[in-house]
Amino acid sequence: MRIWAYGDDINTDMLFPGKYTYTCAKPDEIKPHLLEDLDPEFAKEVQPGDMIFAGKNFGCGSSREQPVVGLKAVGIEAIVAKSYARIFYRAAINQGLLLIECPEAVAVYKPDMPVQLNLKESTMLVDNQTYKFPTLPPEILAIRDAGGLLEYTRARLRAKASAK
Amino acid sequence: MAMTFAEKVLSRKAGKKSARAGDLVTCKPDRLLMHDNAAAITDKVARDMAKFGIADPEQPIIVLDHVIPASDEKTATSHKKIREFVKKSGIKHFFDIGTGVCHQVMVEKGLVLPGMLAVGSDSHTCSYGAVNAFATGIDRTEAAALLLTGETWFKVPETIRVTLHGRLPEMVSAKDLILTIIGKVGADGADYCSVEFSGDIACLTIDDRFTIANMGVEMGAKNAVFPVDEVTKGYLQEIGVNRITWNPEWADDGATYRQKLTWNLGEIVPALSLPHKVDKYKPVTELVGMEVQQCLIGTCTNGRASDLAIAARILCGKKVSLNTRLLILPASRAELEEALDAGDIETLVSAGAVLLPPGCGPCLGAHQGCLAPGEKCLSTSNRNFKGRMGCKDAEIYLASPATVAATALTGKISDPREVA
Ligand code: SF4
Repeated sequence: MRIWAYGDDINTDMLFPGKYTYTCAKPDEIKPHLLEDLDPEFAKEVQPGDMIFAGKNFGCGSSREQPVVGLKAVGIEAIVAKSYARIFYRAAINQGLLLIECPEAVAVYKPDMPVQLNLKESTMLVDNQTYKFPTLPPEILAIRDAGGLLEYTRARLRAKASAK
Repeated sequence: MAMTFAEKVLSRKAGKKSARAGDLVTCKPDRLLMHDNAAAITDKVARDMAKFGIADPEQPIIVLDHVIPASDEKTATSHKKIREFVKKSGIKHFFDIGTGVCHQVMVEKGLVLPGMLAVGSDSHTCSYGAVNAFATGIDRTEAAALLLTGETWFKVPETIRVTLHGRLPEMVSAKDLILTIIGKVGADGADYCSVEFSGDIACLTIDDRFTIANMGVEMGAKNAVFPVDEVTKGYLQEIGVNRITWNPEWADDGATYRQKLTWNLGEIVPALSLPHKVDKYKPVTELVGMEVQQCLIGTCTNGRASDLAIAARILCGKKVSLNTRLLILPASRAELEEALDAGDIETLVSAGAVLLPPGCGPCLGAHQGCLAPGEKCLSTSNRNFKGRMGCKDAEIYLASPATVAATALTGKISDPREVA
């Protein structure tokens, strides 16, 4: 597992350049351009299970969801940041991508430190120190746990149709 | 219980007596905006729509604006797909290419009104706070789910109150004000928050308020909003909106705020935002003389007839410097027509400006007016992120229409108070 560490205010144009917004929508079209203007190595080397560590206001800018769709598709297990921009935060819930807000863990993290996630307890271990992070309210967790908003919505619509 | 604007609109829309910051509520937005991304959105749920139908054909609004006219086969095909979808599904509100940038169209067609709840699959949906709507951006997947269900959840935001005092000086505009505010509070200063503007707002036109609310998201805000006053009423009357359909809301005295900020308008000076972050504020005076290769006046932030009038006033009878190029990007056909009637387009084109069709054009770097490596652009748009105008090795500086027009004249960053 590799950790990709970045700074503050990583915006959506850095995560996925705007010039591709209207020509790439499918995961396979998105993947090669992920983080293109921020870290050209990322798209080539990222592996399922990797994590991203970042500073404050991660995902600020456009409402484009390609960054979230792409990061989910390449198998990013979680993003750990000091804070997130709200449209990005919501888009991640809607795609079932795990975002962790834990400024303390990000502050102590240095390259090559061991990191471990414990989702049941909502804690993470960084360099053998335990950090607790907030969880989502149950109504919202239900969306992420269903695998994303569309799956969640379809299940509700089906239930409604069969109740009729 | 004293409530903020956000608490009032969201509780009313959720059918509740009251709501507090932090509460989760489910609401049916009055409006759902999509643009060129409608093709990707409807793709996600095409089969579901065939099975379950569209929740409410009155709710979605589609405006083709981002890459218009189509730049290649791929964008042409997605526009075609959207037009077919509109016909087939009975979508009531559709605006084809050339009508304008979606946000401008939403406001000038009277599709967003005081007290409405609007969502849009575009981050600058927050613009409609100019006319007292609670408006916020969502992602494409959420827009797709809304087509099926018509409703979604909202976390009631905390609120920041910004109180304005005094008047803006000559050649200083709403754009300078909002760039100054963002410079102070930071790109994340209003993350998740609702921002209420109050105080001496009577001197701010709807165009000014649009510019300010439009950039709310650049400080992280969920929405940014102005109260309804005589200026709002005058504007809505002008565009022919029937008063009975408004449901204005405003915060109660004694509502709870996360933060209260005050600005003295008289102290604002022409402002710049430096690459590659909107909160990198500098007064224009500190960069006077820096050469720029492209100037852009337009976009949903500053592409209205009033913006073009200021530019025309500065460039009247003069020529754009041979060391730069000036692009004019009107926010809508209606604004373009107004500028044509005023003679401002003629003035600008005679001065050497290049007129683009009303839409997003160079703003997002997908086509038209791309920058080359090493070039600098001074723009009235709202975002200067690296790569935003199509080239990651170019630099974008943000400023007011007056500053950009003054700069186009000399080819170097210029203070509009000196040139005009
Ligand atoms: S003009 Fe620019 S900021 Fe406005 S909607 Fe178009 S791309 Fe977005």
